[in-house]
Parts: sequence; C-alpha cells; structure tokens
Amino acid sequence: MRRSHAPVFWLLFGAGGMLSALVGPVLVVITGIAVPLGLLPPDALDHAHLLALARHPLGKLALLAVVALFLFHAGHRLLHSLHDLGLHTGLGARLLFYGGATAGSLATAGVLWAIGF
Amino acid sequence: MTRHRPATPPPTWRRPMAGWWRRHPAHRRYMLREASALFLAAYALVLLAGLVALLRGEAAYAAWRAMLATPWSVALHALALLFVGYHALTWFQVMPKTMPPLPVAPRHITNAGLLLSALLSLALLAAVWVAGA
Repeated sequence: MRRSHAPVFWLLFGAGGMLSALVGPVLVVITGIAVPLGLLPPDALDHAHLLALARHPLGKLALLAVVALFLFHAGHRLLHSLHDLGLHTGLGARLLFYGGATAGSLATAGVLWAIGF
Repeated sequence: MTRHRPATPPPTWRRPMAGWWRRHPAHRRYMLREASALFLAAYALVLLAGLVALLRGEAAYAAWRAMLATPWSVALHALALLFVGYHALTWFQVMPKTMPPLPVAPRHITNAGLLLSALLSLALLAAVWVAGA
C-alpha cells in the first residue's frame, strides 16, 4: 500500500496548534503590544537581548520552532479552509501552502544559522 | 422497469452551499477559528522579519522595532491577539476529546486540571520574574 503523506502534515499541524495555543497569545502581547507601548522594562526585546537569545542554541531552537510550526499549522488550516469555502484545490494549492511553510522554515533556519553562535 | 422512467428526470432541488457557514452560529464560530490561521501566519512572518532585521544589524533592528510601534501595528496585533486567543481557547476545548485515555486516573484531561496547570504556569512565571528582577 502506498504510504500517505498526510500524517506528516497533520503532526506538524498538531504541533503548531499546541505551541501556538500555549505561547501564541502571550508572544503577541509581548512583541506586538506590551513592548511597543512601553509596558515592559525598556531593555525587554532590545538588540543585545534578542541577539543573545538568537545566538544560544536553545534560543535558536525555540525561535525556529515558533516560526516554523506556526507556519505549518497555519498553512494546513488555511489549505483545508479553502475546501470549506467551496474551492476545490489540488496539488498546486498543497505545493503553495506546504511549500510556503517549508520555505519560511528554511529561511528562518538560514537566518538563525547566519546570526552565528 | 425502464418504460416507467420519465423521459427527462424531474429537476432535483439542490441546497446551495455558497455561504453555508453564515447560516449557523456554530459554523460562524468554526470559520472564525479557521481565520485565526491567517493571523498566526502573519505573526510568524513578522517574527521572521524581526530575525532578518536582527541579522542585518542594529539599524535594521531599530527600524523593525519602530514599525512595531506604529498605531496600525499595535491595532493589528490587538486583533491578532483576539483571534490567536480564540484559537487557544478552542484548542484546549477540543484537545481533551481527541486524546487517547491517560494511563493514570482520571484517564482524561479535566477542566480543573487545565485550570490548575495554567495557575501553576503563572506561579512559575512569577517566580522566575521575581528571581530575575
């Protein structure tokens, strides 16, 4: 029997859904609302701190997990929502959404690698 | 049998599917939840842009921070917070129903357990915050 690729994308969807349910709201609050409005200490999210986070191996792993899994979760969900909207999609849409998530993940990994240790 | 079949089959009424999700509150909530993915993807791209800015140097990073501080950005993040928060709420509503039984009693995730986990996480955050200050 030919193996399906569905479990791979479902696993990435599930992992991204779990991670975004756990840390998504608080990340949006920190980076998008609290820091821009100055509600947190002024050195929060400053250049030196984020650089230190992005240079640490565990920090790299966390940043990559957040961006890549959010993208795969969103890509999977949006792809299947097209069906709900009456759009019958094929290989092209799968390539677009999963390929987009893959490209974003690879770009994140590349940037994190280029930032160095 | 065939001689009783009408020459042209009578027209069958088909329920139109366009806009189906607008007809029922539960379906509207479902589509709102699915729309959270748009905001989640956009937010992931904002973070990726921040990492690219971090790589390009302090000036680029300052520009990314300045972009985040615009009123439009804060307003969109507030909207994204509503959608991502709704995703989180529905995720934890669905998760206990999709999980296999736990090896320990009470065999499934309870609301009290979820609440206790959230409170313990808050307590841990507070402890780390105080220790770091």
